[in-house]
Amino acid sequence: MSFIPEFTIMPSTQCQTLATLSGWGRCPIVQGREIKSDDLCTASLDANLSRGLGRSYGDSSLPGRASDTVVNTTLADRLLGFDERSGILRAEAGVSLAQLNRVFLPRKWFVPVTPGTQFVTLGGAIASDVHGKNHHIDGCFGNHVLSIKLRVADGRILDCSPGIEAELFWATVGGMGLTGHILEATVQMRAIASPWIWGESERIAGLDAMIDGLRLAATQWPMTVGWIDCLARGQHLGRGILMKGRWAEVSEAPRQAAKAKGRLRVPFALPAFALNRASMKAFNFLYYRKHYQPLVQGIVDPQSFFYPLDKLDNWNLIYGRRGFTQYQCVLPYGNDNGPARRFLERFVAEGGMGFLCVIKDCGSEGRGMLSFPKSGISIAIDFPVQGAETQRFVNRLNELVAAEGGRIYLAKDTFTLAEHFRAMEPRLEAFNRVRRLWDPTGKFRSAQSIRLMGDAA
Amino acid sequence: MKVVFFGATSGMGRSLARAMAARGDRLFLLGRSPEELLRSAADLDVYGATPVKSAVCDLLQPETFDAALASADAELGRFDTVVIAAALFGTQDQLEADPALTAAVLTADFTNTILFCEVARKLLLARGGGTLCVFSSVAGDRGRKPVILYGAAKAGLSFYLEGLDHKFRAAGLNAVCVKPGFVKTSMTSGLPSPPFACGPDDVAPRILRAIDRGTPVVYAPAIWQWVMLVIKNLPRFVMRRIGF
Repeated sequence: MSFIPEFTIMPSTQCQTLATLSGWGRCPIVQGREIKSDDLCTASLDANLSRGLGRSYGDSSLPGRASDTVVNTTLADRLLGFDERSGILRAEAGVSLAQLNRVFLPRKWFVPVTPGTQFVTLGGAIASDVHGKNHHIDGCFGNHVLSIKLRVADGRILDCSPGIEAELFWATVGGMGLTGHILEATVQMRAIASPWIWGESERIAGLDAMIDGLRLAATQWPMTVGWIDCLARGQHLGRGILMKGRWAEVSEAPRQAAKAKGRLRVPFALPAFALNRASMKAFNFLYYRKHYQPLVQGIVDPQSFFYPLDKLDNWNLIYGRRGFTQYQCVLPYGNDNGPARRFLERFVAEGGMGFLCVIKDCGSEGRGMLSFPKSGISIAIDFPVQGAETQRFVNRLNELVAAEGGRIYLAKDTFTLAEHFRAMEPRLEAFNRVRRLWDPTGKFRSAQSIRLMGDAA
Repeated sequence: MKVVFFGATSGMGRSLARAMAARGDRLFLLGRSPEELLRSAADLDVYGATPVKSAVCDLLQPETFDAALASADAELGRFDTVVIAAALFGTQDQLEADPALTAAVLTADFTNTILFCEVARKLLLARGGGTLCVFSSVAGDRGRKPVILYGAAKAGLSFYLEGLDHKFRAAGLNAVCVKPGFVKTSMTSGLPSPPFACGPDDVAPRILRAIDRGTPVVYAPAIWQWVMLVIKNLPRFVMRRIGF
């Protein structure tokens, strides 16, 4: 018997505890076996899926079968090396972008790509091939990953990169953890002039102006995103706020990095009636109206620029006990922004109640075999889950998105049907072929891969 | 500070060592696994500025203690602080079912931890004093159903540290007894989280402040001081009934 002198549960019990697991949307909620250990090497040996901070919205980080085991990677958070000259960082997969920001922002380095929350792990960012406000220039996270250590189905740990086992690498980037366990990654960090953002936000009256504004801003700004009032109809459809930013020059920025601000917590799941058509409409209206000047400019703390919602811990609880989902799709530009317009029109016509709606022009498709973004307009809308009604609603949206040549984002998805996914994803077959090559017995699976990708339940 | 850190590779030790490295303290790591030591040293190199070195030291092999502390001294040049976060853990059920495991936990967490402290204490006192910070546990505050054996070892350790404080504080030795409540680390993964559970990064600043000030007993997080005050004063007939 060998013992580990640091605080450690005995390996024999490396607890396969039954845990209550859910994604950020808190729907579905399942009972599953979760191993949490800082020794990913051992813990990942028999597991069926890795899971980080659980910020994917739906079922992509949930075990596929009741007997399946997921490894929680968040205790494996060590930085294994950083080269101050080149900005190359090697780290364990469970480190969060929040931790990287704490360490590297004051030193004027930033993660190459960040999603709208910093509470995602490095491994999760690669598995979802996350994108951010700089997608039109820098592409997805996976573009900046130099290599990964991946535990594949037969137990081996492989180094994969765009040069070595390239096919497996690009199946893993955006592969939702279905090719194996990402144990470590080497990433190219970005040098920044100062730890501050110079930002500009502009009030926009309608959808055409918004999309044209995003496309124009894309030629001038490294980071852009739009928020739209998804309850506005008719001539106001698509009205909102267009935000643009770049890293501030030393001469513009305060000398010190911004201090960490306190975060608020939502103490418990709010009752279902707290979010209704009236309160959402009021929120959307106020958000639009509070931006009473047509143009606001100035120095912004990167925390508020990139992560406005991170100020509120557990903000998912405001959607109440039934949880919520986010629908995110990317649609081709089409003629006269037709696809995006028809999407929003259908959303409103089907009675959609969106609380937050984010719009962004995407750059060209990356190399990740199932990576979400492609050239066009991405729209993401949060709404509460209301039983079978939500399923019907998502079906209607998916029919339109498939017909327009768009696709959905797996990291957000909870309700898409396999037939709709197949219609949107001609790439699925090639992805599954690579999976079968490395994992002939189908060891790696998630609740989502069973729902969407034909994995056996 | 020049710190010898036994058990910095995981859990609270990892967080505390990072906080020390980030503010410029020099560290030397002791631990069982050479590979884990290298990975944690690399991590601390990034958090701090000076390269971190390490040596193998096993809590179940007291004969490794002298050499480990000597190599720390050689590397750091007279360390002034010793932190022991290393320990063994088993749940009450596991320990009851496995006498060998019980022997290992009792030996590691009581006898050998104190033997290590004795070597470190003598070194520190010989150079005019310093800080000896040891992770005990709230489990050692009262005999409780879920932590009878582990708690017994920690109770003995807490007593030892209190005695050290009484005898040697005047000579310059600050014995700091850390009593963590429920902190979410790999040690506690798989156990149900009670109220007030928090992460290792939340308790590290408080422990570091206690080391700086030489506080003899520090509960982390702070709320556990009050929780344990209540628990310590509950009558036996209540303790027999509750599962806490």
